[in-house]
Amino acid sequence: MAKKRSKKTPTMKTPSPRTSPRTTPGSSATVTKDRDKKTLMKIDELGEAIVKSSLAQRDPHVDIPMRTVSNTKFNKSKRILEMGSNAQRRNLFNLSMAKKFMQTVLLADGCKDLIEAGKTLSLRGMYYKSLHTIEGTNEKTFNDQSESDPVLEDLEVSLGALREELHVYARKAGTIAGNITLIDSGDEIDCRRMGSGGYSIPSICEPNIIQFKKCEAKFVLHVEKNTIWSRFNEDRFWQTHNCILTEGGGQPPRGVRRLLRRLHEELGLPIYCLLDCDPWGHYIYSVIKQGSINLAFESQRMAVPDAKFIGIRAEDYERCELSDDVKITLTDRDITRAKQIAEYPWFVDKKPWQREIKRMLANGFKMEVESLITKDISYVTETYVPQRLEERDFLD
Amino acid sequence: MSTLLAAPTKKPRTTMSKARKPTTSPPSRKTKTRRSKATAQTLAGQQREISVSEFFAKNRHLLGFDNPRKALLTTIKEAVDNAMDACEEGGILPDIFVQVLQLGETRFKVTVRDNGPGIVKQQIEHIFGKLLYGSKFHRLKMSRGQQGIGISAAGMYGLMTTGKPVLIISKPSKKKPAHEMRIKMDTSKNRAEVVSDEVHQEDDKLFPQGTGTQVEIELEGKYLKGRQSIDEYLEQTAIANPHAHITYVTPGNETRTFPRSVDELPDEPKEIKPHPKGIELGTLIQMLERTEAAKVGAFLQNDFCRVGPSKAKEICQTAGMTNMTWVKNVGHREAEALYKAIQEVKLTAPPTDCLVPIGSKALLAGLLKGVKAEFYTASTRPPAVYRGNPFQIEVGLAFGGELPAQETARVIRFANRVPLLYQQAECCSFKAVLDASWKNYELSQPKGSLPLGPLVVMIHMASVWVPFTSESKEAIADYDEIRKEMKLALQECGRKLGTYLRRRKRMQRESERRSIFERYIREVAKSCEKITGADAKKLYEALLRQAERRTAQADQQLDDEGRILNETARLAKDEQVVIVPAQQPDPANNGNEIGESLFENPPKPQRRKTTKRSRKKPRSPRRTAKRK
Ligand SMILES: Nc1ncnc2c1ncn2[C@@H]1O[C@H](COP(=O)(O)OP(=O)(O)OP(=O)(O)O)[C@@H](O)[C@H]1O
Ligand SMILES: [Mg+2]
Repeated sequence: MAKKRSKKTPTMKTPSPRTSPRTTPGSSATVTKDRDKKTLMKIDELGEAIVKSSLAQRDPHVDIPMRTVSNTKFNKSKRILEMGSNAQRRNLFNLSMAKKFMQTVLLADGCKDLIEAGKTLSLRGMYYKSLHTIEGTNEKTFNDQSESDPVLEDLEVSLGALREELHVYARKAGTIAGNITLIDSGDEIDCRRMGSGGYSIPSICEPNIIQFKKCEAKFVLHVEKNTIWSRFNEDRFWQTHNCILTEGGGQPPRGVRRLLRRLHEELGLPIYCLLDCDPWGHYIYSVIKQGSINLAFESQRMAVPDAKFIGIRAEDYERCELSDDVKITLTDRDITRAKQIAEYPWFVDKKPWQREIKRMLANGFKMEVESLITKDISYVTETYVPQRLEERDFLD
Repeated sequence: MSTLLAAPTKKPRTTMSKARKPTTSPPSRKTKTRRSKATAQTLAGQQREISVSEFFAKNRHLLGFDNPRKALLTTIKEAVDNAMDACEEGGILPDIFVQVLQLGETRFKVTVRDNGPGIVKQQIEHIFGKLLYGSKFHRLKMSRGQQGIGISAAGMYGLMTTGKPVLIISKPSKKKPAHEMRIKMDTSKNRAEVVSDEVHQEDDKLFPQGTGTQVEIELEGKYLKGRQSIDEYLEQTAIANPHAHITYVTPGNETRTFPRSVDELPDEPKEIKPHPKGIELGTLIQMLERTEAAKVGAFLQNDFCRVGPSKAKEICQTAGMTNMTWVKNVGHREAEALYKAIQEVKLTAPPTDCLVPIGSKALLAGLLKGVKAEFYTASTRPPAVYRGNPFQIEVGLAFGGELPAQETARVIRFANRVPLLYQQAECCSFKAVLDASWKNYELSQPKGSLPLGPLVVMIHMASVWVPFTSESKEAIADYDEIRKEMKLALQECGRKLGTYLRRRKRMQRESERRSIFERYIREVAKSCEKITGADAKKLYEALLRQAERRTAQADQQLDDEGRILNETARLAKDEQVVIVPAQQPDPANNGNEIGESLFENPPKPQRRKTTKRSRKKPRSPRRTAKRK
């Protein structure tokens, strides 16, 4: 599943970005304070509830909204994924939950610390902050970070607080370049002058950290990975087509998604996605467009329901006369995944998408964006994308 | 004491069925195997009477003297059995001293001393110099010895292997000094030869209580530890005889003590007359020959139990005679008719008050002392009858603790409180253990094998006549009635073990659960304090209480029924838990003697235990121990 694959990507240790509120302009500082207050109150409520049931000799619990497909609803009018009302109760006095319960409380405590100190930590930092040996045993509070990450997500959903509000940021992955000038924590960032590497999108792209200063771009082209992004950047695509070029390293992290959303919402820029022709690519599109199942409760602030899917399309093998070398056989898992995606409520009654997935399955192979390079190094930047845009040939 | 002194007045007979067999058949068999031609005349010249002693000297394996190691053990066993019998008959709590002195590589001197009533001087030569001479054969009374072979056979073996006579020092009277006799057996005549006969002077040290007997036998033997050793025999003797105090000086000159753990003598077993259904035709004929009664009716009433005038009449009529038929006129045919009639007529079962079982209480005390386990249970069956002989079966189980977990269970067998160390596979009790379905009691049991696990199974048969498979008294013969009783007793104990094991499993699960909760509670309390400012200690205590409450269920059940004697052991996993299971709350089974009193008022001797076990905290009868 998508979730698993995203976990495989190792979390990078990131140098602490300059996200501390001290550099934010006065107005957003008070916003931050109010938000922090609200978050602290939520944590306090969680703690009080536990204390109350403990002292009353009741089994303490935390309700955690379920992050499963079955508990996510597609809001047709808003065209985004929303979290259902199903929650899982996490009890202390349940053998299979006791440790997770302890971890949840431990992380809540850690977040409170962070907020009060006005500091932020990465997921990994948070893991280390809460890591210690349990008194009187040789057991650690967490075995590894893969244990603390989901518990933090649990905490987010159960508090109804965003990760940013808890002063925790995700791994930073994602690049931007293009006709736009940003303010990041008070520093002006001219995305036209970012050289070959581009500007790396911060994990927190909330208005108190990132503001848009000047933008001439008319649209955003979001590509799946850094290799393709570099191709476009090297060809100065954003210059020739007056756009913004972003990349999210596979499934885009929250910072990237939040930025896309704000570019779309605040600057009215359409978002076009260039992703692989495989279930994973389709899933990334789905995440950008409707929100992820994991963080469905955040889609309101992240999803871009209007985002369009440019390619790669299953028909491209013939349309672009690609060689056999680009074919990557679909695995059994791919096939099941593809069928699952076809069943997603936001895909299920879209005939073009149904056709697309069917065709991919009929092909029996997948293709990466890079496959276009077999035709010509700049085929993708000079022919493929401009043609699609011109013909307005994309999936929605 | 009176019985003892009176007993030998009965004329010793060497022509009993067992003894007669060898005198008649072996010579005829021998003649058959001769290869050279022999005439009736030459053969007649070779015919000669064989004395019982001579026969057993040649067939000593029948008496348990097959090899040097076993011979040493059997010698001690015979002497100790006699010592215990004598003490009990004399109403004296046995205090027994055993010493094995190694004189050479294969030469040993065995000394066994008791504080019993002693033996009058005139009897000594018969007891020690004659096979098949004893006070116990011609009566039906529960005792260790029954054949009149034991000690004289040991003496005979000693004499044969070393040429040394048996030395007996006995003091039957508190006022008179002890006599000291050296006896040799003349095997060809089955008669004693008195080598020396003196007055023993310094006997104060030997018999501080005024009476007693010491037997000293020199013999060829071999001393080995382990299974079927003297040590094992004495250990098991101590288990089945918690009322005895045994001191053992090993060949290595170490002193091992088996202290007394029950201060009361078992009740004196009553002597009974044979039950008509329990005798064979041959015995009946012998009894007819020997009876003092003149008429058959009187014979039946006087020489048997459970035969009153009407039953005597009924038997006689069924046999085609009357009460008044003269005994001397009863020939073989009539005897056979009488035997058949006895089988047909309905008779009350023999009285069973002649049996004195060890009793579950004492049995548990013995097991507790001798086996370091965690769970003990015992059961005494009501008396039953085989072939007209009353008997009673008792079973004790010890489980867990320091017993080896990977091996098959150990069966320790007893007959009239005597450990049986040889011929396990032939023994009825061993077969009964195989028969029981231990899988029902939470133990694994490969097909046709003993159950696996840290288990000791003790089986005791008490009877006025234990049906041994041979004269060496090593295995109990396999009678259906006996096997059935054994199985029932095993099942009774097994069920309790099963209940305990199931409960123990649950308890382990619960305490594992608790420890998991306990581990995380402190973290939760600390974090909550930091979040809300609530007092972490108070929170911790509240949560801990809840954890205990939520995992306490199984404990409670154990407390209610299981009588944990050492409750703290539950938390520290490796420590022993000594549990005496309560009787099933089955109303029919109420008022059983097991358990309570034994452990609520631990018998005094337990306190003066010097074994390793006494280091452990005294098993407090009430579950007062609190978790630390
Ligand atoms: N230590 C003793 N104190 C008093 N009497 C003894 C002692 N040892 C033996 N006797 C008497 O000597 C008799 C013969 O003993 P022996 O061991 O030969 O035969 P048993 O005990 O009657 O039968 P078994 O052959 O089964 O042992 C006993 O019946 C008993 O009366
Ligand atoms: Mg004897």
